[in-house]
Amino acid sequence: MTELAANDPLPKPKRDIAPVLLPIAVALVMIPLIGSPSTWLTLTAASLAMGMMIFIMASGLTLVFGLMDVLNFGHGAFIAVGAYVATLVLAPFAASIQADSLWMNLAVLAPAALLSMAVSGALGLVVERVLILPVYGQHLKQILMTTGGLIVAEQTLYALWGPQIIPMPLPASLRGSFILGDVAIAKYRVLAMLIGLAIFIAIQLVLNRTKLGLLIRAGVENREMVEALGYRIRRLFLGVFMTGSALAGLGGVMWALYREQVHASMSDDLTVLIFIVVIIGGLGSIGGCFIGAILVAMVANYGGFLVPKLALVSNILLMVAILMWRPRGLYAVTSR
Amino acid sequence: MMILSGDPPRSRVLTLLLVVIILALAATPFLFPGAKALNVAAKICVFAALVASYDLLLGYTGSVSFAHTMFYGIGSYAIAIALYGMGPNWAAVATGIVIGLPLAALLALAIGLFSLRVAAIFFAMITLAVASAFQVLASQLSWLTGGEDGRSFQLPELLRPGTVLISKNLFGFEINGRILTFYLVFAISALMILALLRVVNSPFGRVLQAIRENRFRAEALGFRTVFHLTYANCLAALVAASAGILNALWLRYAGPDTSLSFSIMLDILLMVVIGGMGTIYGAIIGATIFILAQNYLQSLMGVASQAASEAGLPLLPGLLHPDRWLLWLGLLFIASVYFFPTGVVGRLRKAGGDKSADASH
Repeated sequence: MTELAANDPLPKPKRDIAPVLLPIAVALVMIPLIGSPSTWLTLTAASLAMGMMIFIMASGLTLVFGLMDVLNFGHGAFIAVGAYVATLVLAPFAASIQADSLWMNLAVLAPAALLSMAVSGALGLVVERVLILPVYGQHLKQILMTTGGLIVAEQTLYALWGPQIIPMPLPASLRGSFILGDVAIAKYRVLAMLIGLAIFIAIQLVLNRTKLGLLIRAGVENREMVEALGYRIRRLFLGVFMTGSALAGLGGVMWALYREQVHASMSDDLTVLIFIVVIIGGLGSIGGCFIGAILVAMVANYGGFLVPKLALVSNILLMVAILMWRPRGLYAVTSR
Repeated sequence: MMILSGDPPRSRVLTLLLVVIILALAATPFLFPGAKALNVAAKICVFAALVASYDLLLGYTGSVSFAHTMFYGIGSYAIAIALYGMGPNWAAVATGIVIGLPLAALLALAIGLFSLRVAAIFFAMITLAVASAFQVLASQLSWLTGGEDGRSFQLPELLRPGTVLISKNLFGFEINGRILTFYLVFAISALMILALLRVVNSPFGRVLQAIRENRFRAEALGFRTVFHLTYANCLAALVAASAGILNALWLRYAGPDTSLSFSIMLDILLMVVIGGMGTIYGAIIGATIFILAQNYLQSLMGVASQAASEAGLPLLPGLLHPDRWLLWLGLLFIASVYFFPTGVVGRLRKAGGDKSADASH
C-alpha cells in the first residue's frame, strides 16, 4: 500500500468496466454473424427494449435481496397483478386506446400504469408485513412462504378474472415502426427503451446522489453497521420493497402491452427470467442487473434469429458462462 | 429396529398412523375395489418415496431445490421412451433404468458442483432455472418425448391387467398383472424409503444435518461440505428418478403434466411441509394426506361451489371452484410453514413428549 500525503486527493474507487463492455462486445461480434446491418439494428433495438422491460421487473428483486437478504420467490406475482390491474383501466377506455392520437392514448395508458404501480406497491406492503416479516432472517422459510404467496396470488387472479388469456392491444399510435432507410424499429420498443432508461437513471441518481440512496447502499454492504448508527433499516427496507413491487407492476403492464396479452402464468415464466438476470448481475447490484437484463435479451433475440433451437436453453448457457467467469455474478456487491 | 435404522417414529400416535397407512396401502387391492382406489394407493406409494427423497434435501441439508420434478421426469421419460421405442419387453425396461438413473445422477452432480459451490441461496434459483429449461426442452423435442402429448406405451406381458396370475376361484380375488405392478410399486417405494432412513441415520446423514445447522462450522470441523451436499443431491436425484420410473410404469404413460410440471414441484413442497421436514416419516404422512385430499376433497369443493352459486353469493363460487383448489392449498401451505413448521410428525412427537423432536429444528 502506498503512503498518502495529507493533501493528496483520496484514491478514486476502481471502476470495473469489463461487465459494461460485455454487451457492447456481444453486439459488435454479432454484426458479421447476422450479416445484414439493418437486421442487426432491428435486433439490437429489440434486445435493448426487451432488456429494459426485464430490468424494470428485476430491479426491485435484486435490491430487496441485497438490502435485506430476502429472496422473494413471489416477485413474479407483482408483475401479473400489475398487468391485470391495467386491464381494469384499459378495457373501459378501449375507444380512446384505439384513437389515433398519441395524447389520447397516453391519457389512458399513464393512469393505467400508475394504478398498476399503486396496487402492486400496496400489495408489496401486505406481502412484506404478512409473509416476510414473520420469517425474517430464515432463508428456507422465506423461500417457502413467498412460493406459497405466489401460488395464492396466481390462483386469486384466476378466480377473479378467469383462466382465459385477456387480450391487451397496443394503443393505435404506438403500433407500427419508425422506418429509417431499411431499418424498422417498432414504436413501442422505443417507448419501452425510453421508460427503462429513465427508470435506470432515476434509480442510479437516487442511489448515488441522495442520502436515502447512501443509506440503502450502506445497508446492502453492512446492515448491522447502519442499524448501529441509529437508522431504522426495517422502514427503509419496507420502502425499497414497495418500490420494487411497484416497479414490477409497471414492468408487468409494459410486458403485457409488448405481448399484447395478459395471463396469470406470465408470473411463472418471468420469475425464471428475472432470477437469471439477478444471478447474472450479482445479487444486490443495480448496475449488474441492468447489464444482465440486456445480455439476457440479447441472447434471446440474436440467439432466436441465428439458432432458433438454441433459444430454449440459451439463458441457462449464458448464466453458466457468466458464473464460470465471475462465480458471484457480474458485480458482487454483498459480502454474502 | 434394524429395518428402521434405529430411528423409530418416536410417538405412539404416529406409529399407529403409519401402521394403518401401510397396512391399508398393502391391502388396497382386496379392501377397496375399483380402479380409482388402486390408482390413489399407487400414487401415494410413488409420492411417499419421491417426497422422502426431497426431504433428504430440504429437511436434512436445508437446501431448497426446484429441480426435483426434473429428475422425476427423467426417470418417467427414460422408461417411457425405452418401452415406446423398443416395444413391451423386459430389455426395454432394463434399458430405461440403465439410461435414466445415471442421467439423473450426472445432471444432479453437474448442478450440485456448479451451484452448491458458490452460495446456498443460488441453489434454489439455479435449480428453478434449469428445471424450467428442461421442461421447455421436453415439450419441444417432440420427436423424442412426444411433446405436450407425452408418450403412452405398453407394459411387458407379465404386468398387463389381462394377465391372470391366480384365478378368482382360488382365494376369491383375482391376482392379475395390474395388482402385481401395484405390489412392485409398493415394494420398491418401501425399499427406497427404508434406504433413505438408513442414509439419514448414517454418519453421512449426521454431517448433512450439521451442514444444515451451520455450514461454516461443519466446514471448520473438516467436512468437505460441497462433496456432502452434492452427494446428497445425487442420492435424492436417483431416488426421484426411480420414483419417476415407478410412476410411468403404473400410468403406462409419461407426459409433461404427470411428470414434469411445476405444479408437481409445488405438490412435493406441500407434502414435505405438511408431513414434517427432516423426518422421512413425514413424507408418508404428507403424501397420504395430500393425495387423499387431492382426489376426494376436490369433488367436495365442486359441491360447495355449486351450493354457493345457487345461493347467489358473489365471488365464492369462483373461489370454491374445483380448479381453484391450489389456492386453498397455497393458503394451507403458508399457514403450515408459519404455524406448524415441524409438520404433522413434529406435532405428534411433541404431543407425545419426545424432547428430541424440537431439537431437529
